[in-house]
Amino acid sequence: MNEEKKALLAEHARQIRIGAIKAIHAAKAGHPGGALSIAEILSYLYFEEMKVDPKNPKDPDRDRFVLSKGHASAGLYAALAEKGFFDKELLLTFRKNGSILQGHPDMKHIPGVDMSTGSLGQGISAACGMALAGKVDKKDYRVYAILGDGEIEEGQVWEAAMFARHYKLDNLCAFVDFNGLQIDGKITDVIDPTPIDEKFAAFGWNVVVIDGNDLDQIEKAVECAKATKGKPTAVIAKTVKGLGVSYMENQVGWHGKAPNDEEYAIAMRELGETL
Amino acid sequence: MADKIATRQAYGEALAALGEKYDFVVLDADLAEATKTGTFKKKFPERFFDCGIAEGNMMSVAAGIAAAGKIPFVSSFAMFAAGRAFEQVRNSIGYPHLNVKIGATHAGVSVGEDGATHQCNEDIALMRTIPGMTILNPADATSARAAVEAALLHSGPVYMRFGRLATPILYGDDLKFEIGKGIKLREGGDVTIIATGLPVYMALEAAKILDGEGISAEVIDMHTIKPLDSELVIASAKKTGAVVTVEEHSVIGGLGGAVCEAICCACPTPVLRVGIEDTFGKSGSGAELLGEFGLSPENIAAKAKAAIKLK
Repeated sequence: MNEEKKALLAEHARQIRIGAIKAIHAAKAGHPGGALSIAEILSYLYFEEMKVDPKNPKDPDRDRFVLSKGHASAGLYAALAEKGFFDKELLLTFRKNGSILQGHPDMKHIPGVDMSTGSLGQGISAACGMALAGKVDKKDYRVYAILGDGEIEEGQVWEAAMFARHYKLDNLCAFVDFNGLQIDGKITDVIDPTPIDEKFAAFGWNVVVIDGNDLDQIEKAVECAKATKGKPTAVIAKTVKGLGVSYMENQVGWHGKAPNDEEYAIAMRELGETL
Repeated sequence: MADKIATRQAYGEALAALGEKYDFVVLDADLAEATKTGTFKKKFPERFFDCGIAEGNMMSVAAGIAAAGKIPFVSSFAMFAAGRAFEQVRNSIGYPHLNVKIGATHAGVSVGEDGATHQCNEDIALMRTIPGMTILNPADATSARAAVEAALLHSGPVYMRFGRLATPILYGDDLKFEIGKGIKLREGGDVTIIATGLPVYMALEAAKILDGEGISAEVIDMHTIKPLDSELVIASAKKTGAVVTVEEHSVIGGLGGAVCEAICCACPTPVLRVGIEDTFGKSGSGAELLGEFGLSPENIAAKAKAAIKLK
């Protein structure tokens, strides 16, 4: 991709990180690590790839996005706000009583959220359903999903993997946010789901392994998915959990806690945001 | 009551018939021959999707189809639709209130020979706890067909419960089936028998036995468990002062629970519950097991007399 486009998408990714951390700090709770790790993927999908219109969020012909790892909601909400689905100020109500911005994505109330998720393993199945419906109705929309690397320990993910291959859902592209950490520790220590690429390949998917924080590689993976016919694509995206905030990077402790005021100031400074 | 047809048979026929007029898809989990969705599959193969033995995935796939604007009917045995996939039904379908129609067959002990692992006596209780879920439990083939069409035209998730065993036809084509409106099959003044699903015909038989003993029983077919027709329940309970509930389901959390919840505040009335006591089923013929677990006209009549004594 050209430098101008890359700079623009990198800036959207930075804004997504800032929005996510602001939301989590305001909520005094949330999941920063896995929201920061997917900022480039969200930026590329929402600002380069997907046909979505903030003015017509329910357009039946739109591309769909399912955040199967629903706990990274702060990242998704920040991306939706950055795209203009709702005001950025709303991010400060994240997880608060009365806010539409529920702890986990809620399609009934949040403009731009295509599927309610949070219970791991279910979002990828719903994405399969959307892709299948698109095939039945002969629509050309595409469906994107992001799974967590811990999430794929759920057996349902592999039920969905069988389903997507069987029905040749080449309009489905699922990213696996391979940051290597889950709540209880390293994924390889908790219950090792690797090798992830070989598993999806064995299930009959087209598999691309990339650096998931590299916009060029994300673009190549998405183009590869679009060019692949007759099977779904899994993008195994190696990422850094907590990327962009030094003390959160690769730290399992930052899976699910909010920064205090001091930590928040450091995070904003590192992300280049003036408070 | 000459003809007997299983409600699952009616379900399959209804899907195949409605498929000509309405644009919906049908999913099954490797049980299409048993759930009778195979009838639809033969007629509309391009709108039928077998999900294999993976009920959790199937429910969430159905949610995605509904989120994309299409109506899916999803079928498996009640044990796996409501039991195994409970959390998918709750979180993928119920929470976002998606337009998914769950057709659960092989409910209750009348499944027979397969035994306890396949005899679901808990599904109504489970489904009833999900906000916004509509639960239909038709008593015969005629009302089962009507229930399928009503579910299709209803906006929101619906759980339909069907049986394996062939049972008597109770209704003619003039049946008016309305979700949330129980059907009073017989007027009476001494006791109210509220039944749902398969044993409704037994409730009518019980009323005849009671009639022979000079006891006048009111019989209600409560085909919709949720939303419950509380108005009808309360009015009848006030009139007769004694209630018996009858269901091929655990006495915990099903119709009996729903009726008790409805009348405990409005008009405290003695209620005796006929159903599967707090126990698992077992192998045997369906007809044999029904009687053994207390689902017989004679037991219903005995419970009605006991309820009257509690007035």
